This record gives sequence, structure tokens and C-alpha cells, in this order.
Amino acid sequence: MISFIFKRVFQSVIVMLTVALIAFALFRFVGDPVNNMVGQDTTLEERAELRDRLGLDDSFFVQFGRFAKNAAQGEFGISYQHRRPVSELIAERAPATLELALISAFIATAIGIFMGVYTAIHRTALLSRAMMTISLIGISLPVFLTGILLILLFGVILRWLPTFGRGEVVQLGWWSTGLLTTSGLKALILPAITLALFQMTLIMRLVRAEMLEVLRTDFVKFGRARGLPDRYIHFKTALKNTMVPVITIIGLQLGAVIAFAIVTETVFQWPGMGLLFIQAVREVDIPIMAAYLVMIALIFVVINLIVDILYYVVDPRLRVDRAATGH
Amino acid sequence: MTLRKTLTAALLGSAMLAAPASAEEFKFAFQGDASTMDPHGLFETFTLGFQRNVYEGLVARNGKMEMIGALAESWENTSPNVWTFNLRKGVKFHNGNDMKADDVAFSVERINSEGSDLKTVASLIKDVKVVDDYTVELHTPAPNPILPLQLEIFYIMDKEWSEENGTTEATSVAGGDEGNFANLNANGTGPFKLESRQTGVKTVLVKNDDYWGEMASNVTKAIFTPIDQDATRVAALISGDVHLAWPIPVQDWKRLESADGVAPLTGPEARTIFLGFNQEDDELATSDIKGENPFKDVRVRQAFMHAIDIEAIKKKIMRGSATPAGLMIAPQINGFNASQNDRLAFNVEGAKQLLADAGYPDGFEVTMDCPNDRYVNDEKICQASASMLAKIGVKVNLLAQTKSKYFGKVLAQNDYDTDFFLLGWTPSTFDAHNVMSALISCRGGDDNLGAFNLGGYCNPAINALTAMVQSESNQEMRQKMIEVAFHIHKQEVGHIPLHQQPLSWGVSEKVDVIQRPDNIFDLRDAVVK
Repeated sequence: MISFIFKRVFQSVIVMLTVALIAFALFRFVGDPVNNMVGQDTTLEERAELRDRLGLDDSFFVQFGRFAKNAAQGEFGISYQHRRPVSELIAERAPATLELALISAFIATAIGIFMGVYTAIHRTALLSRAMMTISLIGISLPVFLTGILLILLFGVILRWLPTFGRGEVVQLGWWSTGLLTTSGLKALILPAITLALFQMTLIMRLVRAEMLEVLRTDFVKFGRARGLPDRYIHFKTALKNTMVPVITIIGLQLGAVIAFAIVTETVFQWPGMGLLFIQAVREVDIPIMAAYLVMIALIFVVINLIVDILYYVVDPRLRVDRAATGH
Repeated sequence: MTLRKTLTAALLGSAMLAAPASAEEFKFAFQGDASTMDPHGLFETFTLGFQRNVYEGLVARNGKMEMIGALAESWENTSPNVWTFNLRKGVKFHNGNDMKADDVAFSVERINSEGSDLKTVASLIKDVKVVDDYTVELHTPAPNPILPLQLEIFYIMDKEWSEENGTTEATSVAGGDEGNFANLNANGTGPFKLESRQTGVKTVLVKNDDYWGEMASNVTKAIFTPIDQDATRVAALISGDVHLAWPIPVQDWKRLESADGVAPLTGPEARTIFLGFNQEDDELATSDIKGENPFKDVRVRQAFMHAIDIEAIKKKIMRGSATPAGLMIAPQINGFNASQNDRLAFNVEGAKQLLADAGYPDGFEVTMDCPNDRYVNDEKICQASASMLAKIGVKVNLLAQTKSKYFGKVLAQNDYDTDFFLLGWTPSTFDAHNVMSALISCRGGDDNLGAFNLGGYCNPAINALTAMVQSESNQEMRQKMIEVAFHIHKQEVGHIPLHQQPLSWGVSEKVDVIQRPDNIFDLRDAVVK
């Protein structure tokens, strides 16, 4: 067990280093940060001096080595644009992204499972077809467009909900939350729906397919033969058996929701980490870009690591195989 | 049940905590954030424009762009190399300290510190002499008649406050002084105090009740939010979530006009957009003509200008809102003379003839560098120019890219790697001298002239005139020199001026604002109706 974990952790470190290396290689194609950092009257000498102080003229591997060394100590440098430590900025923005991601994951799961079960049971009902159509839209419309359309309808035409931002936030220690104010909750609705739409469709389709599979199995038929009520069969017997893959997917998708919140955050000017990243890309704020990409990689790696360990704990066959080959 | 009760209570409680929206609350949005609250940290229009609500300089411009006294009541060129400023008495910083000559001397020292981006301003001042608490002398390295004009964006900080908070040096972009207090905090003399700031998210200003000056504004609280996306910014304005938003895409003006309660507010910006040519190299790297550089021939440059249909660009791309230009400076700029502002007429046949005379009857090929997120419809202007040039046989390969990549390619750091380009310029001093020294003087000398003369246009006479304009104190003589320099540049078609682009703001009916040609929004002029 310990050697297994050790091995996985080692692999994770390699993955992180690779991500950092690729990301770093990409930065060379984003442009030059210095001209975004000074005014138009700044002289050429001052610009050159600044480039030198930032180490931008060093070779790629020197720059990468410096970054990796600092990153290993949790030090991501100073943002060019904000002139503040990157770790501080990310900590400041993380609550917004995490709240948005968790709420939309919740929406996606609840509605997705409900719709999946319903469409599996009532395969030909009109409502099922409507749900399938809506889900098709959800999976094929780009997030950007969904967001803009929602803003247009609920923000501009109906004026029920705010068009951008996070509303009033309350500070709970270092955590800023928008869940305790009415304006914060109102501001959360549209971005959460926008972000949830894709995941919801995914979960719905998955649940539906699994349910159809399970409903065909012998033990469901025997259950019916025994005269168990439909409700019991659908929810206690069938749904329970579909949940294993669904839970795995939801867990893995949480990482994706956090990472892909970028587009939603940009459309709604949601002050999370994704928006911070997009602004950084435009201004070639390399310290923020590097830190963000490494952090997202870390989230994925950690989630995968946990899933792997859970499998190991849950599935005895993995252990038996190891033991067998060990002999 | 108890959980639900607690939640409801929490919700109600927080709803009551939220301040009621008062009539004097003013909300505005721009596409980006002010980079820093440190007044000496970045020489950039929006950043300095935002800071001027909180900080003030010795002199200022009002809504009509007239020079007025701010922290200085009066100023005088007491001897050729000395400007004496008489400071206003009774002005207090937001922390209650008196503003005195010491603070001016300290601020001059601070713009000389390592992180400062106002070193160009610092280089104008050789020495500061504090005569008494309310009189200060600024000594210049050479006679400088336009010093006050150049000091408008030099804001004064409180010496004591800066020392107390360890911020005697300007916030540096290169790091090494993280947590510089002045980056996130401010203590100026201006009409608004900084209440809270979350970089890139929200900045709140509140009225300074002890402000020394008179102003039209009745705003008590101003909330600023950067909104990156054009579509979101426009939606926020139309829905009433903000009172003022800019820039508004030119394409969206109609939408604002048809929407209730909002309108576009437009006017000519002092920024001139122009095309430039590589006139330095002996061969253009991106051209099919080898062994010679067609742009060295003035007839080719004239042909290019004749080929551009500026009215079509104005009508089709700028929705009628650009001001065609014949000069490298806008009408609002000191030194502008309307009689010089005519252009070489649009004339395809004449252009073809000129090209043929120059020895290129079949035209030639060249690559054009263009930003696509810097100026109003910049990429579209380049596309239109390319298709107009195609009509005289010149094949333009357009390379339009984001400003970070574009500037990284065409500026000095990359050896001015461009053969044909589009650029825009607003002289920060609102004086012609800035354009003469940065754009049309020969580059490469140790005088730092021509730093943004990307094409290497060179006529030594203009360098000489620039030096003379710098120190000439007779206004009439000075104006003549400026006109001569621009005349030479025009005869030689050193660049092709295109137009002054429009300012494009969106404003709610609930407020009155003044739009300045330098695209600065001043809260002093904002009135909530």
C-alpha cells in the first residue's frame, strides 16, 4: 500500500513538472510583457533594464529552472499587472471560483440525475423528448453563447438578475462568500446555470444509459416478478446500481468544472481564478499564468490520486494481483 | 427546521446590512483596471486618469482641457531655467496632514526612485528648492517653456504618510517590494478617498468632505468595476447595473440608441492613427523587391497615401465617427494648425502613375504589421488599407495580432522588425513636441529621440527643430518651428496620418458626465440626476 502510494505520488510530481514545462514553453508565444507594464513615454533603456531585472532575457531552461525551484517552495513570484504576490491573488480569488463550481456541480448533479432517471423510465413520453432536446442544446451551444443569451434575457430584457459580478460579499476570515447576501445569491444564479449546463447533460445521459442497462438485468425482472412497487425498483434497486460510475464521473468532473469555469467567469466578469487567468493571458502576466496552470494540474492530479487510492481500498482484486505478482 | 430558520435569519440579516442605494451613488465600468493606486507606478492614461480622483498635481486640466491651478495657485518662469510654483494654502491630505512644499520636494524625489515609471517627468527636473512652506522652485536642465504642461500627471504625495508606511519609493513592476503600501492604499488631496480596493474586481471611492476645491459633482460614493468583455459591459450599461461604461464597440452604438435610458457619448479622441514605412533598411525583408527598398522613394510613399480612401474608412469602418487627419497631431494638441491638416487626395490613377515613375509599375509585395486589440477597429482599418493598396498593384500580406505580440515585434527591443505598420499616438503632454521627439525625429542617437519612429524616417532638420522647440519660450516662434517641422514631414510623407479615432462611451440618462478628448473620466464632473 505504502509503496503504491509512493509510486503514484512520484508519478504525480512528474506530471506536474511536465505541465509546468509545456506551459512555460507556451509563454514564449504569448508576447512580450514589458510593453504592457510601462507607459508610452518610458525610455528604451528603462524598458531594457526592466526586462533584465525580470530575467526575461535568460535562456528558456534558466527561466524554467528558476520557476520550478521557487514553485516547489510555494513561491510563485509577483504579478506584473497587480504588483502583488501571485499566491495572495489566487487565495483572494479562489473562493469565488470554488463557490461557483460547487453550486453548479450540485445543480448539474441534482437535475441531471432526475432527468436521467425520468427519461430512462418514460422513454417515449413527451417530457422525456423535451428533456433530451434541451440536453442536446446544452451540450452543443458554446458556453460563451449560453452565457450571453442568459444575460440578455434575464439581465437586459427582464432585468431580474444582475448582468455581471458577484454582488455583495461577506468576509468569513480569509474566505469571501456571496452566499449570505441577496445580491450575492442573485448574481450566482446565471453563471451557475451556464457552468452547470454541460455537466448536467453529461450526467443525465450517463444516468439514462446506465439505468436502461440496469432495468434490463435479471434482478430487476425478478424484483418485478416478486411484485415490488415500481418506485422501489426504480430508485432502490436500479438507481443505486447505476451510481458507482456516476459518482466517479462527478468526482472527476469537479476538476473540470473548476478549470473550465474560465469562460463562464469571463462572460459574467465573475471575479474568480479563471478571470484572473484570462486577464493575465492578455497582459502576458507570466507569474499568474504559470501559477494557475500548475494549480489546475495539481487539482487534477490530487483528485486522480484520491480516486486511485479509493479504488485500491475498495477493490480487493487490485491488492490480490499485486500480491500474486510479488511472489 | 432550525437550520432553515438560521438560514433565513442570516439572509435577512445580510439583506439589511447591505447599504441602501442612495441617489448619489455612481457606478462605472472600463475594460480594464487601474494597474496600481501608486501615482508614480505607471504612466498610462487610464491608471493616471483614475488616480486623479484621489491625487492631484500642481496643475490640472479641467473638462474643457484648459490648464488650471490645482495644488499650485500660480506659477511663473522666474528665470529661464527656473519655474516657481506658489502652493495653495489650507489644502489637506486625506489623513489630515497639511500639503506643503516639503511634500512636493519629496514627490520629485520619489519619481526618481527605481520603480518609478515617471522617470521621463523626473528627467525634466534637475533640482528642487523649497523656498518656504508654500513656495517651491523647480530647476530644469535647460530652458523649458512647457514644464507646467508636462507636470499635469505628476501627482503629489504626503511625505509623512509615505515615510510612516514605508513607501518612499515607487511601486515597482519588477517586484522585490511586494506589499508596497501605496500600491493598494492612497492618501491624496483629491475630492475622493479610496475606501476599498480589490485589484481587478472592484474599487470604491467616497467623497472627501474636506476637499478644498469647488466641483460640479454631487457623487458621494463611486463604485468602479472593470468588465473585460464588450458584450457584458454593454449589457451592464443597458440593464442599469452601471451608469457609465467605456469603451463601447462602434458597432453597438445603434443598440444603445434604441435602448431606453442610455445613449452613446462620442467625440474625437486626441489619438491620431497612422501608417508608417520602413525607410531605414536597404532592402525590405518581407518584399519581393530585392536589393532596394521601395519605401526610400518618396513617390512610393505618396502613391500609398493617394491610394487610401480615407472617407471610405470613415464611413464603412468607423460609422462616420472618425476625423480624417493630414497631420500627426489632433486639433486639441498644442501646435496644431488647421491649414496644414489637408491630405493628399484619394486618386488611384495618380497613385499608379507615381508607382510607375518610381520604377514599380506592377507594384510589389510587403507585409503589414497591425495590432488587433489596441485601437478602435484597428484590424479592420488594416484590412481596408490592404485592399485599397491592392488596387494600385501592391500586395499587402496582413499580420494582425494581439498588442502584446505586435509591440513585442515592432518596437526597439526587437530591432523595429516591421516594414509597414499601423500605430496610434496621443501625446501625453498634449503638446506637439512629444510627437516630434517620439515619432518623427531620427532615431538611434544618444538623445533618446525617435524611440517610436518604428520605420526609421529621418530628416536631421526635424531633430534640430525638436531641440529648439523644447527650449523656445517665445510662443509665436515656437509655433512656427512646429509648423516647419510638420511641413517637412508632410512633404516627405514620413508617415500617412489616417484619422483621429472616436471616443466611445455609453452613459445612462440618470447621470451627467464630461468626456475629455484624452479619454479620461473625471469624477469631479459627474452629476447624478
